[in-house]
Amino acid sequence: MIHFQSISKKFGRLPVLNEVSLTLEKGNCIALIGPNGCGKTTLIKSLLGMVIPDKGDILFNGQNIKGQEKYRSQIGYMPQIGRYPDNMRIAQVIDMIKQIRPSSDLDNDLYKQFDMATMTDKRMRTLSGGTIQKVSATLAFLFRPPVLILDEPTAGLDPIAAEILKEKIIAARNNGSLVLITSHVLSELEGLVNRLVFMQDGKVLLHEDIETLKATTRQSTIAKSITALLKNQLNG
Amino acid sequence: MNSSRVITGALFTFLLTSLICPARAHTIKVGPQQAISSITQALTMASNGDTVEVNGGTYKEGNIIISKSIALIGKSRPVLDGQFRFEILSVKANGVLVSGFQIQHCGQGTLDDPGAIKVYDASQVRIENNDLVDNFFGIYLQYSHHSVIKNNRISAKQTIENQSGNGIHCWKSDNLQITGNHISGHRDGIYFEFVTESVIWRNISENNLRYGLHFMFSGSDAYFSNLFRRNGAGVAVMFTNKVTMMNNTFTENWGDAAYGLLLKEISDCTMIGNRFLKNTTGIMLDGSNRVYMEKNLLKGNGWGMRLQANCVDDTIVRNNFIGNTFDVSTNGSLTLNKFDHNYWDKYEGYDLNKDQIGDVPYHPLSLYSVVAERNPPAMLLYRSFIISLLDKSEKMMPSLTPANFVDPHPLLKPLPL
Amino acid sequence: MAKLLKHILLDILNNKIVIVYTIVLAAFSWSVFGLEDNTAKGILTLLNILLLIVPLVASLFATIYLYNSNEFIELLLSQPVKRSLIWKSLFAGLSGSLSIAFLLGVAIPVLLFAELSTALVMIASGLFLTVIFVSIAFLANVFTRDKAKGIGLAIMGWLYFALLFDAIVLFLFFQFADYPIEKVVVLLSALSPIDLCRINILLHLDVSAMMGYTGAIFRDYFGAGGGLILSSTLLLLWAFVPFYISLIRFKNKDL
Repeated sequence: MIHFQSISKKFGRLPVLNEVSLTLEKGNCIALIGPNGCGKTTLIKSLLGMVIPDKGDILFNGQNIKGQEKYRSQIGYMPQIGRYPDNMRIAQVIDMIKQIRPSSDLDNDLYKQFDMATMTDKRMRTLSGGTIQKVSATLAFLFRPPVLILDEPTAGLDPIAAEILKEKIIAARNNGSLVLITSHVLSELEGLVNRLVFMQDGKVLLHEDIETLKATTRQSTIAKSITALLKNQLNG
Repeated sequence: MNSSRVITGALFTFLLTSLICPARAHTIKVGPQQAISSITQALTMASNGDTVEVNGGTYKEGNIIISKSIALIGKSRPVLDGQFRFEILSVKANGVLVSGFQIQHCGQGTLDDPGAIKVYDASQVRIENNDLVDNFFGIYLQYSHHSVIKNNRISAKQTIENQSGNGIHCWKSDNLQITGNHISGHRDGIYFEFVTESVIWRNISENNLRYGLHFMFSGSDAYFSNLFRRNGAGVAVMFTNKVTMMNNTFTENWGDAAYGLLLKEISDCTMIGNRFLKNTTGIMLDGSNRVYMEKNLLKGNGWGMRLQANCVDDTIVRNNFIGNTFDVSTNGSLTLNKFDHNYWDKYEGYDLNKDQIGDVPYHPLSLYSVVAERNPPAMLLYRSFIISLLDKSEKMMPSLTPANFVDPHPLLKPLPL
Repeated sequence: MAKLLKHILLDILNNKIVIVYTIVLAAFSWSVFGLEDNTAKGILTLLNILLLIVPLVASLFATIYLYNSNEFIELLLSQPVKRSLIWKSLFAGLSGSLSIAFLLGVAIPVLLFAELSTALVMIASGLFLTVIFVSIAFLANVFTRDKAKGIGLAIMGWLYFALLFDAIVLFLFFQFADYPIEKVVVLLSALSPIDLCRINILLHLDVSAMMGYTGAIFRDYFGAGGGLILSSTLLLLWAFVPFYISLIRFKNKDL
């Protein structure tokens, strides 16, 4: 569904992505992990067209996304730190997005579950980090997109909200959506993702099925498998 | 002894009677209903001292030559028409009076300068109360002495300067009186060349192509209480000396290179009580020496006065400078003229001893006026921010403008002019 | 575009700066015409606001607003919206709202008090200057990510056109005083939109006679008939070329 073909990107003289090739298929829930500054966010932003790669192409459903914007109607994006116009109210933000992305089939589950109706009059600059995340999550799932990109989705959320979001993610995966999640908290990903992409220094080190990974490293959790893998690499 | 007294007495009686009821002076009437219908015919019949009275009607008789000392008087404003081909009236005798006509459509020509009324070598001519319409030259005097041009209305619609004539043109004449005329639409309203000891009084000269009044190589003349409005330039006094200018108004002479009064290569002139209103340049002095200016009002002009550096010993005292964009400008750094006791509305000094004279001398030159005078294209920066800044700083610390260009005793209140 | 524009305009109105700007302009224009007994003088005073305040407010407000719109732009970019559409909507929103402010504040009194042709030239100039300096602000924005630097750039741009450019021209006058530089200078003045507007307005007032020969040359080039088309074309170029460059850069910008 999504093909990254030898993507390279430098910010100034600093290489951030180095010949990244990756294929993501639908029906999967994929964890994108790696140390800070490994290029995860840049990879996501280039998929969204916010960062334009120096080299390489990104194909979405077989179509090059360069200079395109329509394909983004298939994507729900939840940024790591949601940034919204300070002066807008929650209702205005949601209304505006609804207007520029018209759809009759809206998914209002999160809106209800997060109880957003009680705070629609609040201006974005007055919101806490967690509330902003709730707005971002609501917007990401609102249009039932076939592709969901969630950048650190549970960071800043209270446990209840985090649990609601997790269930939503699983539901989306079961509906056949492609879900791409980045997270630092590997334990959170347990039971959520079925594949894993590990990035380091702008390169994809590993793209593997979780079960296969656990089997080859003979570990029971994702976190332990990764640790084992890194140790092996160091030793090998 | 006795006989000589008788002879003198008889002569006196004769003179007296000839003055009161001139025995041989006839009045010849001309008109469509009269026996004589042609002015030319009447003129051949007339003798010196006769009156030719012309009744209403239009007379197209080509060039009419008056070679006898007669009075040519129009009744109910007869029209003399030159059909744009002829000089209309040629006066070639002394003591002629022309009055009461409408004289129109005189011919054109740059070689012989035809005029509606042209006076050749004749003196004591009086031209009064005529309407001159659409002529090349209006009234043209050459070698004329002691003549009077009074209360005529002279108008034309000329458009091209080098194909147009003057309203009243005087050449090599003296002791003229030009009074109460209204002149418009000619090249120069009134033109004096080699004319001396003459007076121009209470005329209105407006909408002329070049100058309202123009002096060349003339001297010892005076003009009073005239109005010069909307001309190419109000008055030009050139290569002339000893001209007295009093109580005239120079207004709305506005346009590129337009002046209220242009003084060029003149000396020993006096200007008192004149008003210069809304001219691009109120007074332009170029090579003018010993000009005395007092109690004039310069108001609302672009430049109040432009005093070129080749002017020497001019005295400018007790004048009002109000609302001019630039009160004074000059093109050099040397100033040999005297400003004193003038009122400047831009003066910002103080008067501690309350004698109505500012305690701080006033420097009337603005930096920008100096810059623009040396560098005319710099006017393109007129009203730009940088210019305002420069002017403000120069006012605080004069550095570029001539230090001796100063009015040491600026008045705090305008003079009642 | 209409939907985006609506949201941008609402947001700008929410900002209230534009409303204050409108009121200040209106207060100034009305008081200028009310205090000066002479309309021509009032127009000359108004000319100063037109040439200084309008460009300054347009470039500063647009620059700051653009930097503050980063979040808005990011939010929209993850949605199926064309990049160029976002940028164009912002441009239209900013220049539109500032132009409306100018029209409400200045155009009404000018139309009431000044002669029609003068009024029209002044209004056209004010609108052009508004759009031009918004356009320059957009250009400043794509050249630096840093808000302080961007605002600095915008102020420099304003300072250059309002002050430095004329200083350079003045310097050239002195340097080349002995040469017939009138035509060069006239062409040079076309390089500054503020100068172009100032001279065009002055030529419509009767002070134009004071600008003498050079003014006449300017009038020949830019003032009447075909010249008016030429100067309008130049102003249009000033309005859209900086924006167009910024648009190209924005399309390839990383956010």
